[in-house]
Amino acid sequence: MAKIATSPVSLALRGTTLTYLGIMVILPLVALVTEAVTPGRQEFVAKLTDPFAWHALKLTFATAFVMVGINSVIGTATAWVLVRYDFPGKGLMNALVDLPFAVPTVVTGLMLVALYGPSSTLGAILNSNGLAVIYQPPGIVLALLFVSYPFVVRSVMPVLQEIDPAEEEAAKTLGARPWTIFRRVTFPTLWPAILTGTAMAFSRALGEFGSVVMVAGNRPLETKTGPMYVFGEIESGNRIGAMVVSTVLLGLSLAILVGLNALQRRPETRK
Amino acid sequence: MAITVRHLSKRFGSFQAVDDVSFEVPAGELVALLGPSGSGKSTILRIIAGLEDADTGEVELTGEDATNLPVQRRGVGFVFQHYALFRHMTIRQNIAFGLEVQKLRRPEIRRRVDELLDLVQLTGYASRYPSQLSGGQRQRVALARALAPAPKVLLLDEPFGALDSKVREELRTWLRKLHDEVHVTSLFVTHDQQEAFEVSDQLVVLNHGRVEQMGPPQWLYENPASPFVTEFLGAVNVLKLETVATIQPGHLGDPPLVLPGRSQSSLVYVRPHDLEITRSINGRPAWPSRIKKLTRLGGLVRLELVLDDGTNLLVQLTRESCLELALAEGESVFVTPKDMKVFHESASFVEDYAI
Repeated sequence: MAKIATSPVSLALRGTTLTYLGIMVILPLVALVTEAVTPGRQEFVAKLTDPFAWHALKLTFATAFVMVGINSVIGTATAWVLVRYDFPGKGLMNALVDLPFAVPTVVTGLMLVALYGPSSTLGAILNSNGLAVIYQPPGIVLALLFVSYPFVVRSVMPVLQEIDPAEEEAAKTLGARPWTIFRRVTFPTLWPAILTGTAMAFSRALGEFGSVVMVAGNRPLETKTGPMYVFGEIESGNRIGAMVVSTVLLGLSLAILVGLNALQRRPETRK
Repeated sequence: MAITVRHLSKRFGSFQAVDDVSFEVPAGELVALLGPSGSGKSTILRIIAGLEDADTGEVELTGEDATNLPVQRRGVGFVFQHYALFRHMTIRQNIAFGLEVQKLRRPEIRRRVDELLDLVQLTGYASRYPSQLSGGQRQRVALARALAPAPKVLLLDEPFGALDSKVREELRTWLRKLHDEVHVTSLFVTHDQQEAFEVSDQLVVLNHGRVEQMGPPQWLYENPASPFVTEFLGAVNVLKLETVATIQPGHLGDPPLVLPGRSQSSLVYVRPHDLEITRSINGRPAWPSRIKKLTRLGGLVRLELVLDDGTNLLVQLTRESCLELALAEGESVFVTPKDMKVFHESASFVEDYAI
């Protein structure tokens, strides 16, 4: 339990960090929201329900959901493999998991274009079979899958490492088969971490710009996502429209963050 | 026999954890696997449970070969040192787990869980979580959970190792009582000889992955077959033969120490309570000695003596006899061994002397 600090040094330290947080994080946030809501509620709703804006937001959520559905499973599986198994090349695999964090997102987009784009062999084969990826929503999902892959893996791994193997062994001696053990013993310990990783990945996907802009093709009402819409509207002078969509993206990210915090405070998920 | 293991061996890399171990546990008995850490006792227990595979050897449970049976089908209850309770389940759910896996009917599970909660004296705790219980309570839940599916044998891996000494003692007594009620064949691992003495019907003493000796605790204490067992089962003085030879013979008869077969490498073992302190020579053979240190331990007193040749000797006597003799540090006394064991390095035989 942290004690309430009273010494001059700690007061100063506390004041400085709080001021910093205020200036660097809260102030810009307030500025954005203020500007978005200043024209009034009607204007806000109008800007939000603008078909282009609305479609961009829907596309952002849809692609983020598909990504999260895949990465929560694959990410958990990856963490499982990295923690539970020993195999040659494990160290390399462990390092590669972090690669998406290190690669500039624009480069990520470019890599996908190089692999799946119309001018590549694979892209040509896909295109001729009516499975175009690049400049289509599947391309966006691919980009999101790539950039948010590490989140679930990195949030599940430490929990998996910490699990007392004796709990699973106890279940085994009580007659439980592997799937029952996973479902009833391991997963209940793991799911808060899976959820945390998933939510962080989702948050990240809501704002992903660099990689998506390379693979999406920027076609309004087809492949234009929220962040791309915001960027485009600022360029073309629709400042309020950009602010409104930004506020919605921001609000959702915040809601996820607050929700996660609340979840982590629940007594039975705590150790 | 409820548990039979034959020629078990297990290697971890270059470390021979278990080395040709064979023993039997009769049905209904509570047997302790006793040994220092690294003696292979936990590994043997885990092999019996099927949590570890032996390199060679066989395991039989209630007369049936279980060597290749998966853990799930061995019908063993296992209690872990750190409880290993399912932390996200209530106490009731924990105990019910094994019964649910067996797909018993709900009312039956309820009845059985209530029965076990009563057995481990935790009736009011059914809806609590493990984190809300004390260590001793948690281990009782673990025991109830292991007993719920009515296992053929109960295996306990250092079950009291994580508890503080007072709770440990209470739980020991309680386990012994429980075993007298339930009579499930139990094998438990411990490194604490006092615990093993208090709880078990039989001991299997292990050292370096091998069985040193087996038998009822008191019998082993009185008839140890090796220096290791002698030293492990309680405090003991180890004397060289030369030291023993310096004893002043008593006029009531010579000490029967001159026997054929002894060599310079033979060692003599005397328990601290097998030494008698006298103020003057009383006719029996004795060493003159000086009291280096006197420590009062409640009802007992521990003396550290120095013999004339510099050998240190640990003596234990009751508070009363210490008062009677009015002993104090720095004083000279005579010390007589009442019982000695001589181990010969070359041969594996023991000579037992009573004076």
